[in-house]
Amino acid sequence: MKIRSKVFVIPNENIDTDQIIPARFLKVTDKSGLGANLFADWNPRPNPAGAAILVAGHNFGCGSSREHAPWALLGAGFRAVVSTQIADIFRNNALKNGLLPITVDPDLHAHLAADPGEVTIDLALQRIASSDGVFATFAIDPFAKHCLLHGVDQLGFLIAESDAIDRYESTHAARIVTTSSV
Amino acid sequence: MRTLVDKIWDAHVVRPPMPETPAILYVDLHLVHEVTSPQAFSGLRARGLRVRRPDRTLATMDHSTPTLPVPAVDPDGMKQLVELEKNCAEFGVPLYALGSDRQGIVHVIGPELGLTQPGMTIVCGDSHTSTHGAFGALAFGIGTSEVEHVLATQCLLQAKPLTMQVRVDGHLQPGVSAKDIILAIIAENGVDGGTGYVFEYTGGAIRALSMEERMTVCNMSIEGGARAGLIAPDDTTFEYVLRRPFAPRNLPIAEWRALSSDEDAIYDKTITLDASRLAPMITYGTNPGMGMPIDGRVPEPSSESERKALRYMGLTSGETLLGKRIDVVFLGSCTNSRISDLRLAANVLRGRRVSVRTLVVPGSQQVKRQAEAEGLADVFRAAGAEWREAGCSMCIAMNGDALSPGQYAVSTSNRNFEGRQGPGGRTFLASPLTAAATAVAGVITDARTVL
Repeated sequence: MKIRSKVFVIPNENIDTDQIIPARFLKVTDKSGLGANLFADWNPRPNPAGAAILVAGHNFGCGSSREHAPWALLGAGFRAVVSTQIADIFRNNALKNGLLPITVDPDLHAHLAADPGEVTIDLALQRIASSDGVFATFAIDPFAKHCLLHGVDQLGFLIAESDAIDRYESTHAARIVTTSSV
Repeated sequence: MRTLVDKIWDAHVVRPPMPETPAILYVDLHLVHEVTSPQAFSGLRARGLRVRRPDRTLATMDHSTPTLPVPAVDPDGMKQLVELEKNCAEFGVPLYALGSDRQGIVHVIGPELGLTQPGMTIVCGDSHTSTHGAFGALAFGIGTSEVEHVLATQCLLQAKPLTMQVRVDGHLQPGVSAKDIILAIIAENGVDGGTGYVFEYTGGAIRALSMEERMTVCNMSIEGGARAGLIAPDDTTFEYVLRRPFAPRNLPIAEWRALSSDEDAIYDKTITLDASRLAPMITYGTNPGMGMPIDGRVPEPSSESERKALRYMGLTSGETLLGKRIDVVFLGSCTNSRISDLRLAANVLRGRRVSVRTLVVPGSQQVKRQAEAEGLADVFRAAGAEWREAGCSMCIAMNGDALSPGQYAVSTSNRNFEGRQGPGGRTFLASPLTAAATAVAGVITDARTVL
């Protein structure tokens, strides 16, 4: 998985998922079409103009657990988010959808935010490089990387462990008898 | 040597982590609501899967539900409610739908029904699932893909989080509450300080809190960046759980007492707070970390983002918020909509009139009925406040309860993000006491002056 693109920069820190996709757009029952409402309440609305890499300020994606946030970013054409810190739930949600959450040090972040031209992200090598020769490696959850590179379906992986789940259930007493009305 | 998180984690490992794969973690209770579940059920349907443990899954409706008895028609919101009803019927998931006397905010009904218990793993497609940690449960928010995973397998692929001890000692002064503790922690530690961690709240000031107050603290762990926050269970916990509908008839007290961090447990990090020196807190910016004592002055912005936040809020540094005119008071949300929150507010409003629009939204139908039985609803109505049906309401403004552009609100909810309570709306987060005192005066008021 290789992404080669110019970057789109939003320097603001602490961009929360309510900014990425406001709550009134969550009344959908599928995943498509959310890209049209990315950053819907910002004035002016950011215009990524074909960029696939978002370079955003510290602590991107904080706030709610809505997976609509990565769906909206992907819908608008982004395939990676680069920041100095990315919130936990957003990072998990992004990885489940093939949107790469990449954490870099402040120096590289400043360099990328200064729009250094084309940037290449190579997931297999865990390497991010700008066309002017600056590069770094980045950390990523090894299982998520494996799944993205080899098309492994995480739910399929869990279902394949059904025997282990059966064993767990048969050896551990239920903590609640039932959620059906009592 | 083990922390509380270690103990709960170890008891739920279905398969330990390998170099290339994370642990498989068993989920005891999966809570479901209408906004983050439709795509997960569609995923099951597309693959021909069943819900593995409908008997460990519970759904309710809260985010999009109207809080007026005669609802305004919102076709999109209604579509989600209908979809949830259909999905729960098809997959056999118990549902407390609109109209049920057990319906309410998912993080209010889990504890009040006795489903939330010490030592459990609890997940929900909602970041405020951290609330349930108040009972010594490991509880955290998940996205819709993970909702689908749990529906299908009752398990999650999880990397183990770090643990940060948040030690709060001392005694709260009159007029200072649990909400002020958590707002102070976030103001000091930042909205990013807990990223990668679970908070374990310890110390005398935490032990002294009631269960509902502990829920308020744990609820906003996510606002400090931590996916989960928890408190070791004690007699306060056991007394709360006892005799609730879904609680065990004989509580496993000995087992629950063992759920505390060992004395020689090592935390990955520890931070401390002295509750004795806390004043009521209020936020002035557009994230919950931009908070200060209510009698403080708006600080100098230290970044372009903070300058932007002050511009959005229409505030300047050096200004005091006391006396600032506001338009709406919102009393509600999974942070502060339980009976004790309503009692605090009613004590301030009794015999007084509100001078701005004030919405009081109970967290559940059970809270609503109890408040009506105790006469609190009469106090709110007599004061001129709007007494509503249970739901998330103006905390997330998906159901028609929303601020107009430019309006200021003092809100007992958890997020002051731009537009959170309605496009262009501006939110000051504070405690129920501060909200009630402000409702009376129409300007931001230090509740200590009216108690």
